Amino acid sequence: MYTAGKIIKAGLSITVFILLIWAAQRLVQPKYADELIEGNFTAEYYNETTDHDVIIIGDCEVYENIDPIYLWEHYGITSYIRGNAQQLAWQSYYMLEDTLRYEIPKVVIYNVQALMYDEPQKEEYNRMTLDGMKWSKTKYEAIKASMCNNERMLEYIFPIFRYHSRIMNLSKEDLKYYFKRKKVANNGYYMRIDVLPVSESDVADMSWLIGDTDAEKDEIIDPWADIETEEEENEISLPEGNAEEKLGNLSMEYLDKIRNLCDENGIKLILIKAPSLAPIWYDSYDKQIMMYSRKYNLRYINFYELLEETGIDYETDTYDGGLHMNRNGADKISEYLGDVLSREYEAQDHRGDMTYDKVYEQKRQFYYEMIDAQKKEIEQYGRVKNY
Amino acid sequence: MEKTSIKQSILHILQELHEDIDFENEKRLIDDKILDSFDLITLVAELGDEFEVEITAKDFVEANFNSLDCLTEMIYQLMNE
Amino acid sequence: MFISYQFIVFLVSVLILYYLVPKKLQWIFLLIFNFVFYMYADIRYPIFLVITTAVIYTAARIIETYENVKINKSIKKKKKFIMMTALFIVLGILVCVKYTNFIIRNFNVCLIRTGHESIPFVDFIIPMGISFYTFQAIAYLLDVYWGRCKAQKNFLKFLLFMSFFPQLIQGPINRYNDMSESLYERHDFRWDRIRFGLERILWGYFKKLVIADRAGIAVSALAESRESYTGIYVIAGMIFYAVQLYADFTGGIDITIGIAESMGISMKENFIRPFFSKNIAEYWRRWHISMGTWFKDYVFYPCGISRPVKKITMFCKRHFGMVVARRVAVYISSIIVWLATGIWHGAEWRFVVWGLLNGIIILISEELAPLYHMFHKKFSGLSDTVFYRGFQIVRTCILMSCLRLFDVYGSVRNTFRQFFSIFTEFTDKKLSLQGLEGLGLLPADYIILLCGVIIMFLVSVINRNGNIREKLLNKPYVVRYIIFTGMLFAIVLFGTYGRGYDAAQFIYNRF
Repeated sequence: MYTAGKIIKAGLSITVFILLIWAAQRLVQPKYADELIEGNFTAEYYNETTDHDVIIIGDCEVYENIDPIYLWEHYGITSYIRGNAQQLAWQSYYMLEDTLRYEIPKVVIYNVQALMYDEPQKEEYNRMTLDGMKWSKTKYEAIKASMCNNERMLEYIFPIFRYHSRIMNLSKEDLKYYFKRKKVANNGYYMRIDVLPVSESDVADMSWLIGDTDAEKDEIIDPWADIETEEEENEISLPEGNAEEKLGNLSMEYLDKIRNLCDENGIKLILIKAPSLAPIWYDSYDKQIMMYSRKYNLRYINFYELLEETGIDYETDTYDGGLHMNRNGADKISEYLGDVLSREYEAQDHRGDMTYDKVYEQKRQFYYEMIDAQKKEIEQYGRVKNY
Repeated sequence: MEKTSIKQSILHILQELHEDIDFENEKRLIDDKILDSFDLITLVAELGDEFEVEITAKDFVEANFNSLDCLTEMIYQLMNE
Repeated sequence: MFISYQFIVFLVSVLILYYLVPKKLQWIFLLIFNFVFYMYADIRYPIFLVITTAVIYTAARIIETYENVKINKSIKKKKKFIMMTALFIVLGILVCVKYTNFIIRNFNVCLIRTGHESIPFVDFIIPMGISFYTFQAIAYLLDVYWGRCKAQKNFLKFLLFMSFFPQLIQGPINRYNDMSESLYERHDFRWDRIRFGLERILWGYFKKLVIADRAGIAVSALAESRESYTGIYVIAGMIFYAVQLYADFTGGIDITIGIAESMGISMKENFIRPFFSKNIAEYWRRWHISMGTWFKDYVFYPCGISRPVKKITMFCKRHFGMVVARRVAVYISSIIVWLATGIWHGAEWRFVVWGLLNGIIILISEELAPLYHMFHKKFSGLSDTVFYRGFQIVRTCILMSCLRLFDVYGSVRNTFRQFFSIFTEFTDKKLSLQGLEGLGLLPADYIILLCGVIIMFLVSVINRNGNIREKLLNKPYVVRYIIFTGMLFAIVLFGTYGRGYDAAQFIYNRF
């Protein structure tokens, strides 16, 4: 029969085993500290100590283009970006659901670019988006919705099965950030201060745009077809086709779900489209979103149409030739958003509130240290290296 | 034919096959791999010739070949069938 | 097949349920799960298995009804007729699904030469494990026919013997007499047995995932760009392939036997340290034993003592004298066995050549036996020295490694070309770290491989005088725990499975 000693022995054995597996798992998981820091965004949210009036969800078009620290400094708005590399519509939905487990914001801003994808795109991006999420039913559902064909739920539950081969090329980073993740973002904002003008980049030939933004304003959102050939050369899976392109049906369903979730919780939903020069944002997409926002009485801010108001200049405000904004550009977009939020959505100015002041003072410190560090790197290497 | 004379003849055949083995006392000819499969085929052919019996696949059980006595017994049975 | 999350989940659930269902129903339950497994692999597979099983079952039952009747010529004939018919059907199925396209291909070569239209290939499905279960069925049928074993009266029980799921993956070829009893027995849950089984399964996975699949990466790289990897790299290929084949095959069998063991079912060993063999004949007695003994019992012996062969022997005796006559039976049966063995490994000419070469080497060494004998008489004592034994072992390993090149390089022509490059281009290329890294393995991979091989070697040596698992049993719990956990961790961390990690794939790319 089983004696107490045997039970203790068995219990101890199993505990040690689980601990070892956990330890090994943590070791081989990518730390996303010095390279590929995008994998750290999702997890960083859980370190927040104060709530946020505005939650921003979407892909890189939010986390590189909106600066919550700016919003704090100039409007006193508390906001957080829950965005990830190619965060698809369903992932944004579950990201919001996950956020609502911790707080109920007043406003949710969703960037519509990712609606063009109607199926999972790339395992690695799924990983970077989902691995950091805390375990809950929401995470399970998010994984289920996101998995590519050859992915396995088991590999999400036990990431060791996914990353085991990293044991062959561990770096110092893996030990340094074994216990504590490196903080890489400012309320979900991935900051870059360097500049790569569109004209010096071969990512997209945008000369038509820079040349005469004032003269032919109509064309600003019109002539995307011109760069189609360029885009095909980049190894990005873009929807082929013409101006009749439609946004994904499944994605639109998830937009409905996001909208419903906001309604249920008394949250106001704003749709935005960041002014990135790629991927393509067809006219037909835009029309579809316009119809949608009209139908449900949502605000839709298309920054392509606001280049003049925001003052975005693709020669100075982007760090990668027009795909993403640098801090200059992000602050211009944030200025516009902050104005809208505080005027039309009565977003509270929390400046002066001791709790927030204290927290945001630290955030600001981190923010300016990062700016200095990036400046230093530019001086030293001529480019931003470790961010 | 008497069992003893059968035994003598078999021993003679075996010794022709491997001269340096003590077949009279060895009881594990197959198990200890003293006779290999090649030897067995040859042995069966010679035994068949010598005693004018037909050793078929049915009798070709390795247990029948493990010792001189087993072999004698098998041949004796076959001759009296 | 062994390597998928589904299989592990399947295995664990089968093991748990096996001991939860009423003991009376254990074998029925196992049968059901065999079919679940087999149908999961392909829904059509069971059709073939059931047909073969039904044919053999029926034939065996009919043959046995004659057992108690006084045997006369007509009954003997009937028996033989039934046996031959059943044999013809099941072998026919095997040949049809496995060799039709091989036959067509060779036929086409002749047709094209003579200016005819070629015949299109047939798209047969090849049921998993068909070679294994067909051979099991034939052995059973012949055993019943020769009166060496009793026919199974219960069709479902016989079906269970034929369909036991782990053996459908990688063999071995089990004998009904060896396995039947423990297969149908009721098994109590016994922790010691399960632990032994699990240890063996784990060891099998270690060999397969950590060693074989890792070495396999290098082997396929060597084969794929064989033009640039000639000379000394062919020797490297021999070594890698020896490691891969051994670890993969014995690992698979370890998993199979381990699964059987944890269900209380006994299976015969299929390998006894084959790489320590003194010569090729011995190697084949220790490598894939179930196949070797099958060919010996059901092809070599029956052929060697069959009437036609006897007639040829007589003929030779009359015309060429004793020296030739004594060899005829052995030569004919050997060639047939090795032809069959070659073909059994795959429907390709390179396997035929490979099989024949094996046979020829064994026959040559048989012919040289008197010479060896003389040599050892002159230098008595030499054959017992460690040095000489080592020489024999190395010699066997080298010979077998050369033969295995047929497996590596895919065709007879390529194999010969690569093989001869060892002699002609040996100095052309240096075995460099750079070259080795080009094979798709990191330096760390080579270290792991080396460690793996050393561990396999040590386990082999320890196993020589008694089962290593029983020896482990006497060790303190902590030691066993460390070994068990260490092995599991080695598999999980160092195993070659999953999609691998390529940091470049993660690099955030514009979205």
